[in-house]
This record gives sequence, C-alpha cells and structure tokens, in this order.
Amino acid sequence: MLKILKYSIFDLLRSRWSYVYFFFYLSLGFVLLFLNSDINKAIITLMNIIIVLTPLIGTIFGVMYYYNSKEFTELLLAQPIKRSKIFMGQYLGIALSLTLSLFIGLGIPFVFYGLFKSAAIFDFSLLILVGIFLNFIFVALAYNIALSTENKIKGFGYAILMWLFLAVIYDGFFMISLILFNAYPLDKFSLVATMFNPIDLSRILILLKLDISALLGYTGAVFKDFFGTAIGFIFSILILFLWVFIPVLRMKFKLKMKDF
Amino acid sequence: MIQIKNLHKKFGRLTVLDGLDLEIDKGGVFAILGPNGSGKTTLIKCLLGMVIPNKGSIFIDNQSILKKWNYRNNLNYLPQIANFPTNLSVKELINMVKNLRPKKANEKELIGLFGLKPFLNKKLRNLSGGTKQKVNLVLTFMFDSELIILDEPTTGLDPIALIHLKKQIQKEKENGKTILITTHIMSVVDEIADEIVFLLDGKIYFKGSVDALKKQTKQNNLEHAIAELMM
Repeated sequence: MLKILKYSIFDLLRSRWSYVYFFFYLSLGFVLLFLNSDINKAIITLMNIIIVLTPLIGTIFGVMYYYNSKEFTELLLAQPIKRSKIFMGQYLGIALSLTLSLFIGLGIPFVFYGLFKSAAIFDFSLLILVGIFLNFIFVALAYNIALSTENKIKGFGYAILMWLFLAVIYDGFFMISLILFNAYPLDKFSLVATMFNPIDLSRILILLKLDISALLGYTGAVFKDFFGTAIGFIFSILILFLWVFIPVLRMKFKLKMKDF
Repeated sequence: MIQIKNLHKKFGRLTVLDGLDLEIDKGGVFAILGPNGSGKTTLIKCLLGMVIPNKGSIFIDNQSILKKWNYRNNLNYLPQIANFPTNLSVKELINMVKNLRPKKANEKELIGLFGLKPFLNKKLRNLSGGTKQKVNLVLTFMFDSELIILDEPTTGLDPIALIHLKKQIQKEKENGKTILITTHIMSVVDEIADEIVFLLDGKIYFKGSVDALKKQTKQNNLEHAIAELMM
C-alpha cells in the first residue's frame, strides 16, 4: 500500500493543480493577514473559506483522480497486490497531498506573521485540523461516489450535488426547520442535526473556540455548554473520525464485489 | 494448470458467462476465440480476479484463486487498451511496475527488441498508439511467470514488431510457459496456437487443435472454419 501511496502522491505533486491550490492558500493567507492585521479576524475569514472550499476541492480531486487513473488502476489490479490496498493507497495519496497544500500554503504566511509568538496558535491549529478532516472526509465520499458510478459525467454530477447538499442545502433545511418549529425547544435538535453534517460540525467547532458564541444567543449557550467542554470537543472529533471511517468502510465493502 | 468449473457471470440482465467449464494444461499457446461480446475478456478478467463471478470456481495449480491475490505474482497480463498515467516517462513506468513486483525483470532485452530506447525518457502522453502497445508488451513479458495472458496483443503493431511478438511468444512456449491469447487476426492464430478455445453464448463451443477444427468444419482455411463455427 505504501508504494501505491507514494506513487499517487508523486503523481499529484507533478500535477499543476496541486500547485494552483497551494498558491491559492499561500496568497489567501498573506492577503488576509496583512490586510486584516488582526490574526483572529483573519482566522474567522479563513474558516469561512476553508469550510466551503476544502470539501469542494477534495470532492473534485477525488472524483477526477479516480476516473483519470482508471486504466492505470486496471494495470495495477493485474499485479500481485490486494485490491483494497490499491484503492486505500490512492485515497490516502490524494488526501495527503491536498493536506500538504493546505498545511504549507497557510502555514508559511502565518509563520511569517509571527504565529508562534501569538496566542492564536491554538485557533490556527484547530483550523488546520478541521481542514485536514474535511479533506479526508470529502475525498472518501467522492471515492465512494466514483466507485459506485461507472459513468464519468454522472459521477461528477453526483459528487458536486453531494457537496452542494452538505455545504448549502443542508443549512437551508436546517434553518427552515428551526423557523417552522420555533415553538418547541430546539437546542437538542440543532445539536444532533449539526453532527450529521461534517461542514456544520467543523464550523461550530471553530466558532465556539473563537469566543464569538455569544453572538449565537441561547442556542449558542447550549452549544457552548456542549462543544466548549473537553468532553464535547473530544466527542466532536470522534464524530469527525466516524465521518472518515464510515465512507472508508463502505469503500472496502464495495470493492469486494466490484468488477473492473 | 487451469481448471474452471461452472462459471457464471451476469452484468445486470446480460448473461456473459453461462456455466463455462474449461481445462487448460500446462505448456503451450491457447487461442481464445469467439465473436465480439462472447465473453473472452470477461473470462480473462475472471482469471485475473478483476471480475468477480456470480457462481463457479477457478483453480490455478490446484488452488482456488477467487478472492486471492498472491497467485498474480506468477501471471503476466497484457490488457487490451494500453492507457498509462500520462505524466510518467516510459522508464519511470517500467521502474514502477518492477518495484511493485518482488521478481527479477529482464526489461533491457525487450526494450532493445521492440526498439524503445529512443522513447525511454519521453512522457507516455506523447507516444503513438503502437509505441504504447510496445511498452505494454515490455511490461508484460519482462517478468518470468508460468502463465501469460495476452488480450489482443497485435493491436496497432507494425509488421516488424508483430514478427518480434510472435518470436517472443514462441520463445516463452519453448520455455514451457502457458500462454492464453485472444485475437481477431486468424493468421496469428494459425501460426502460433496449439489449441483453440472457441467461446459462444458464454460457453465453450469448441476446444481442440487447429487441425481438429479444420477437420470438424471441413474447411481448409482457419478463417472460414471459425466463420463456420459461428454460423
């Protein structure tokens, strides 16, 4: 598996898009830090971008890589390598190279700005951690979709729909339900509904660490009570792990029966 | 060497293999023939573990191979369409495949044979179809394995490369290898095949030597004999 992982990372590091992605984060980091001159504000703006963009890029890279390397995967399948190892290697290769772009691209401007001397280092680490989770989650989801869809165009369509649903539509439904049922206590419901969407979960996780939860009113207080504590934090990280683990498990299951 | 028993495979509603039984002895060239869509590639992919049969069993050297992967170390496969990662060079690709298999490879001789030296540092995306097929052949023949499976090996090859390919197959045969080959070029079959396995409607319709086939169909020409079988 390590060999496949190595090759997919090399393969991606040669591709132009990894660099475009890296330079995007690099310039974003510099622009935000030096225009804002406030590291906390920069982190909030970055959060808003990371939370929408990393899933989108992860989804597109995942689907694209699967379909583009299909013939080559078939060549690998005829070699004495276990099936699941080929795909796990590819999956980890994509997720890791995206993580590298994110980590280095954002890391450089923040280090230049004097991150290590500032108190924001914890918030920044959390931001990167969430970004890494989102990479692994959405590449896994994208691989699931690609494995289940023979047709390339359909696969792309489903993947983009999946991203759109989790990034935008889900929140819409969430809001509508909050408005419709506002006569009932909704704090528990919102708490649970947040868990079912990795993007929402990541957003809440960061917002509450940034001490702006007071803006969220009563629900914010409930959220703070839950996510603000160590147990809540660990629990959310656990849920994010599940969001990686379950798609990966399904991938392995799907691979056992798939014909190439 | 290979025993296939009661193999069934359906893709959706389409039945491709329908209770196929086949036994292939060690050593020799076996041509798998049949009309388009008769299940040749599916049969080969079942042997490779790329397609998972709905029913039936496959044994290679008396060991079941379903859901296994180790046996592929003793098997070389030439896929039908040669498509490689476009941003690798020929050399890098060969080294990569070598790296994936814990086995000695003699790629140098083959690179010389197929005249690939000037292309070694070229990216695969810049190669013509025929040259890609030559790279494909090098990747297949560079390992020393008991079983060699070739799916349409002649596609896109120029006459000289074709002669080299036939010689290579002959050489492997003399070394006691078992070679399965699918092709639509009957002159190749006539020249190199010891036995013909004819697939029709997902079953083995005929298995025997070229001469036996000619005798059975009362035709002197292999092409006509095959056409007679299809009718």
